Amino acid sequence: MKNYDVVIIGGGPAGLAAGIKAYDYGAKVLIIEREEITGGILNQCIHNGFGLTRFKESLSGPEYASRFIEQVAKRDIDVLTETTVLSIDKNNKTVTAINSKEGIFEVNAKAIVLAMGCRERSKGALNIAGSRPSGLYSAGTAQKYVNIKGYLPGKEVVILGSGDIGLIMARRMTLEGATVKAVCEIMPYSSGLKRNIVQCLDDFGIPLYLSHTIVDIEGKDRVTAVTICQVDQNKKPIKGTEKRFECDTVLFSVGLIPENELAKDAGIELNRLTKGATVYQNRETTSSGIFACGNVLHVHDLVDFVSEEAEIAGISAAQYALNGAKEHDSVDCIAGDNVSYVLPQKIDKNLSGAVKLFFRVRKSLNNCKVKVCVGDKTVIETKKRVVRPGEMEHVLIAEDKIKSLDGNVTVSIEGCEL
Amino acid sequence: MKLTCIECPMGCEIEVVVTDGVVSVSGNGCPRGKLYAQNETVCPRRVLTTTVMTEKGIPVSVKTDKPVKKSEMQDLMQKINKITVCTPVKIGQIIENNLTEDINLVATSTLNK
Amino acid sequence: MYDVVVVGGGIIGGAILRELTRYRLKVCLIEKQSDVAMGQSRANSGIVHAGFDAPVGSLKAKFNVLGNAMMENYAKELSVKFKRNGSLVVAFSAEDMVTLSELKARGEENGVTDLKILDADSLFELEPNISKNALGALYAPTGGIVCPYKLTVAVVGNAMDNGADLYTNFEVSSISGKFGDFTISSQDGQNVKTKIIINCAGIGCQKIANLAGDYSFTIGGRKGEYILLDRECENFVKQTLFFTPSKKGKGILVSPTVDGNIILGPTAKEVDDANVLTSEEGLKEVQEKASKMCENVPFGQTITSFAGTRAFCDRHDFIIEESKSVSGLINCAGIESPGLTSAPAIAKFVVEKLVSSRIDLRFNTSFNGHREPTDFFNSLSIEQKNQLIKEKPEYGKIVCRCEKITEGEIIHAIKTNPPATDIDAVKRRTRAGMGRCQGGFCQPQVAEIIARELGIPLEKVTKFGKGSYLLRGKTK
Repeated sequence: MKNYDVVIIGGGPAGLAAGIKAYDYGAKVLIIEREEITGGILNQCIHNGFGLTRFKESLSGPEYASRFIEQVAKRDIDVLTETTVLSIDKNNKTVTAINSKEGIFEVNAKAIVLAMGCRERSKGALNIAGSRPSGLYSAGTAQKYVNIKGYLPGKEVVILGSGDIGLIMARRMTLEGATVKAVCEIMPYSSGLKRNIVQCLDDFGIPLYLSHTIVDIEGKDRVTAVTICQVDQNKKPIKGTEKRFECDTVLFSVGLIPENELAKDAGIELNRLTKGATVYQNRETTSSGIFACGNVLHVHDLVDFVSEEAEIAGISAAQYALNGAKEHDSVDCIAGDNVSYVLPQKIDKNLSGAVKLFFRVRKSLNNCKVKVCVGDKTVIETKKRVVRPGEMEHVLIAEDKIKSLDGNVTVSIEGCEL
Repeated sequence: MKLTCIECPMGCEIEVVVTDGVVSVSGNGCPRGKLYAQNETVCPRRVLTTTVMTEKGIPVSVKTDKPVKKSEMQDLMQKINKITVCTPVKIGQIIENNLTEDINLVATSTLNK
Repeated sequence: MYDVVVVGGGIIGGAILRELTRYRLKVCLIEKQSDVAMGQSRANSGIVHAGFDAPVGSLKAKFNVLGNAMMENYAKELSVKFKRNGSLVVAFSAEDMVTLSELKARGEENGVTDLKILDADSLFELEPNISKNALGALYAPTGGIVCPYKLTVAVVGNAMDNGADLYTNFEVSSISGKFGDFTISSQDGQNVKTKIIINCAGIGCQKIANLAGDYSFTIGGRKGEYILLDRECENFVKQTLFFTPSKKGKGILVSPTVDGNIILGPTAKEVDDANVLTSEEGLKEVQEKASKMCENVPFGQTITSFAGTRAFCDRHDFIIEESKSVSGLINCAGIESPGLTSAPAIAKFVVEKLVSSRIDLRFNTSFNGHREPTDFFNSLSIEQKNQLIKEKPEYGKIVCRCEKITEGEIIHAIKTNPPATDIDAVKRRTRAGMGRCQGGFCQPQVAEIIARELGIPLEKVTKFGKGSYLLRGKTK
């Protein structure tokens, strides 16, 4: 059986960044990737806009990935591709995996980093009325067909959901000669980045219908039309506002969910709000020696933050593997007013360094005040110009404040509704 | 004219007023926003990202190495769609010199197959 | 010239086809869709009924009880999962409790064993998630569950292994000739000649009978809508839960499936054609009724919703007989619930009693009723799996990550009788694409494997045959 200090499950942006940092700390590292090449979902995200924060340039997904792939290649990091992890034993830190060369085999680790990414919420979960013909795709599947396989799923498209992948695909399909007739979003705001609305929809004159959803799908063999309808505050369709579009394709971009089946099966504690593991600021889960980072931990909107988070997890995993487990002395981080979740969920006072608390807001606000309270005491108050549910925010708690935390930390935000 | 800045994820709402050919910008959060608004008013440009077909029938991702005129994007797509490139393709490799103006089309991924 | 042609690739047609291959006969099955199990045998609850529901003396009652008793061995021989999980008819009023006693008496007269009336306490003990408004239940331990389309695929596959032919995409447009020399023609000009026709066309039974010249019955369609919950909800209920039938109408059922999902439905709405559209009202009805049956139904774990049409007949019982107007035409029509349960018994009866009265049956001594399981890979030990991966590396490559299905299993489904030729056919046989992501990740890969194995271009791969193509050609 092979032995490693750190085994990383997933060779996407999170796994690669974690691997580099773990190796640089001195750990013997294995990255396990199920696809033929590493890079994860970035390989099919051929649009630009990645790396603005980290590299101060606008890179395409494959370019962003390649910066890390090159760094991994320069190091003596083992990478197993076309290998799928079947299960994790969280106590013995054994990973069972399968591939064509070795069959089913086990790898021993001192620490494990979960970096499996996320998946798209499926259309099936939406219970849309009508037929179930072909031509209904999640936006990511369409992206794979177009960008990786070189095939166009359809020529006349309606998109449900204004998540980033949906917006990106609206532009991509248009550039490849399809007509995108409408993008509809059940919420009164888009969950995608503002700049994507501008350069993916506005640039091409694609209408965005906010507070709209698809109420009917027509077509026996292939989709022939959909009907969209305005919804009220309770997301119930308003009769009389129906619009019918003939189309041969419907793309769904209705949210991403951390792909935590392995973690769940292993009995690792998951958080109800993020659907990812509950972690300390070093990204260690509540199962000792198991770390998590990237979209498997919580869904990020920018890969730059995935890399940053993965580096924390990579170093922490290497420290754990080489120096052994440390006692935790922690307080909880709680989502307060207008905040949907805070990550990490726990701050360990024994760990050194400042803590960047990431959070998402429930609604769009401007002229906001972010408040961090310990118990009823406000310890940090900062201003933000604009916050949106689609864009992750963060606030920094300085190192000197961490040691003296004497209660749970609540993050809340107030401001004017946009 | 109102614009949403796309230089970064902030998405600042920028107000542009053109008087006697002079562009004045307000609402931008940073200098990049000002530049964006000025350019957007005069001649909007975008980096075009797409794929080109290889002789193996598998596409490889490409981008223009500078932003191209927004109005020109669909025409450039027609041009790009006619290109066939031979594998292997290396990231950064120029696929087409001077696709338009002095702008090149470069590969953004590596294809060894 | 075939001895017997079976029209319709559902569970009834499939079971009869397999039964026919026990004898030295030249037989085939014709199916209008691209795969078998595309009608009521697909959108079906998958319940093996105990047999207390059907009126005493009816064909339904007879074949249900016989079929239920046969199902365990039947499924085992075909390597299809079957579970005798028991059924509960739940009462919510004093009137319901009276009905339960009647059902029990009827069931006993039909020959159902071990029926028991439970009080509320014993019911809650069996099913902790049942509604607190439940007063009691009729417990039928012989009730079971089976996957309806896997059973259909298995019977047809086994029949083919024993020499039967299968013609898919064969939509019958005319039937001419008479007993001993029928010609069945399809819309696109294919012909098959046969001595005997067995009409198992489900909702299309009336059309087939009419084409042959028999106008003796009418078939209507009843649409049923279902919601399927994720396997994470396994054990939400253990038994199959029915509402007590009452004048207020029929309820839905809440049941585990053999694959560990929870199925809710079906609604029952009469429709003109094979209408398989889900509707807002229908899905709402399923949710409302399921919430009446159980506390806190985890609707958030819905993975898909679907609809199907069940045929029903104006005679309100199964029609299983040789046509009185067209000799050599055997009708198996109006096979609504409990048709799935009854299938093994119906097949035996049709072949041994009806076909045998027209043709001499001689045993096919090489008949082998055993079929290897399609999901055999999962039942292997790690050593066996590794041995197989050494010989066939494709078994080491996971394609469907949610259900952990390997490329080897997908190729197996494409190459095993009845061959899967489209995305949905692969899904029904292997579960690839049936998990949480609903094929989001693996569909492109499955499509490529199908294209490669069948030697067709990727854009010719369909979701379920005919016009259900996946792609509109290359991007450039």
